Amino acid sequence: MATAPSLLHLGSLMGGVRSVDQVAVEERAASLGKRSIKKGSKVWALELAIRMMDLTTLEGADTPGKVAALCGKAIRPDPTDHSVPSVAAVCLYPSLIAHAVQHLRGTSVKVASVATAFPSGQTFTTVKVTETREAVAAGADEIDMVIDRGAFLSGGYQKVYDEIVRIKEACGSAHLKVILETGELGSYDNVRRASVLAMAAGADFIKTSTGKIQPAATPAVTLVMMEAIRDFHRETGRSVGLKAAGGIRTAKQAVQYLVVLYETLGPDWMTPDRFRLGASSLLNDVLMQLAKEKTGAYQSGDYFTID
Amino acid sequence: MAPRLDVRKTYKLFVNGEFVRSESGRAYRPVAGVNVPRASRKDLRDAVRAARTAFDGWAGRTAMNRGQVLYRAAEMLDGRRQQFIQELGGGKPAGREVDAAVEALVWYAGWTDKLAQVAGTVNPVAGPYFNFTIPEPTGVVGVVATETPALAGLVRGIAPALAGGNVVVALASESKPLPALTLAEVLATSDFPPGVVNVLTGQRKELLPWLAAHMDVNAIDAAGCTAEELAAVQEAAAGNVKRVVAHRNGELSPSAVTDLMEMKTVWHPIGT
Repeated sequence: MATAPSLLHLGSLMGGVRSVDQVAVEERAASLGKRSIKKGSKVWALELAIRMMDLTTLEGADTPGKVAALCGKAIRPDPTDHSVPSVAAVCLYPSLIAHAVQHLRGTSVKVASVATAFPSGQTFTTVKVTETREAVAAGADEIDMVIDRGAFLSGGYQKVYDEIVRIKEACGSAHLKVILETGELGSYDNVRRASVLAMAAGADFIKTSTGKIQPAATPAVTLVMMEAIRDFHRETGRSVGLKAAGGIRTAKQAVQYLVVLYETLGPDWMTPDRFRLGASSLLNDVLMQLAKEKTGAYQSGDYFTID
Repeated sequence: MAPRLDVRKTYKLFVNGEFVRSESGRAYRPVAGVNVPRASRKDLRDAVRAARTAFDGWAGRTAMNRGQVLYRAAEMLDGRRQQFIQELGGGKPAGREVDAAVEALVWYAGWTDKLAQVAGTVNPVAGPYFNFTIPEPTGVVGVVATETPALAGLVRGIAPALAGGNVVVALASESKPLPALTLAEVLATSDFPPGVVNVLTGQRKELLPWLAAHMDVNAIDAAGCTAEELAAVQEAAAGNVKRVVAHRNGELSPSAVTDLMEMKTVWHPIGT
């Protein structure tokens, strides 16, 4: 477990974060997005995208029935095609963990739960810790926490750091993903700073967004976080994962993220253990693209399940 | 005053209410000195996607409103009469073809709000129910225009499909694509929402198999297909049980509209 550093240490950690060249990052992300991935490579990338997917439902109207349907889809995304792999995890609210656990027992699909007053993170630290503990006790394999953006933006780095440390502690053996909510951080510099902060505090994954705020994940902001992970790995030897979430709806976008990932972090990160795509409607588009590659005909949404 | 420069026109595809070059960047020259975009399967894919997105809005319009929009297309087409005549090769036959195109638009515009009365039925049933059958639009319709007449053939394909509340992806005449692309300019100024009607030019053998096999296309008007092409279209269309319509000798007929519609029956209990 990471121990809380002194204020002085945290200050130098934050002060040592180099600033991000906005134009260069956006240009690079855009140029990587133009790569053409075809045929066999495309099928490979699409299947990898499914294996990396956190199939998500985070609505106030979620019910046990909807979770059951989602879990069925997570285990076997295309009921007509057994060669399509399962997704990495389902991602849902804490109150629905028990239902998901029941449906996913004995499968490779993990249960991920958001916690810490998702999506705003504006509540008492004790409540966040308790929520996390209960989520893990209910059977969550992974916890997606949000950072306190209010504290971060007002310079309260210590509070953000301490909270992540305490949540990590509450997680026990469960994996911790730390959502930075980049759409609220205002600049790439802040994204990089928050990434370093979260990684130093012990995050297993850092995650772009909640999906509740626009803009959510963009290739550029993901690239900034990947570079932070790369440099962190160089300095400390610890490999931190990345989850891009929010606004990723098409297979083409998913493949673009994989290209950026490959070019920034290399083949070691091309695994569901180190990269995830958080999405709800993405899966159907990927399935349609796979079916198109297999059958040679463009597909229709009419023939794929509505989750 | 010096004579002004010649302003050469770049013909473009009409997809999702926008005039675009082919995604592939290719063109062909069916007419000396004119580049015409040679659409790829990806342009077709984009057009079908745009059409699907536009379908609910267009199908949800009142029949009268669809008629008004079609009638406006007739007005706009007539206003460009000289341009069409020139693109069709000039002379009296070209003039007659433009007349036929205008007539088809006006004729099907008139049918929009009468169709349900004529084609719909009240069915006698042995139970305490009212039983109605009404025609409903089928969805995305692929229209394969005749090579000649290039303009009137295309209009006779798209007008009945649109009148019934369908959305259209049209493949223009390969040898005479210019009137089709100018027709797109007419349609663009006729209040059709973006995506309701899309016009592609290019090689038929390149586009037709993708259209015929596309799972999100619900019907194909194959008036412009050869017998061989028709057989291939029918085979590929079986994948999602597309309706393939392929008769018509240039006649205007309300059945051209109902051929691209689905007859839906509702049961309504009497007395409630």
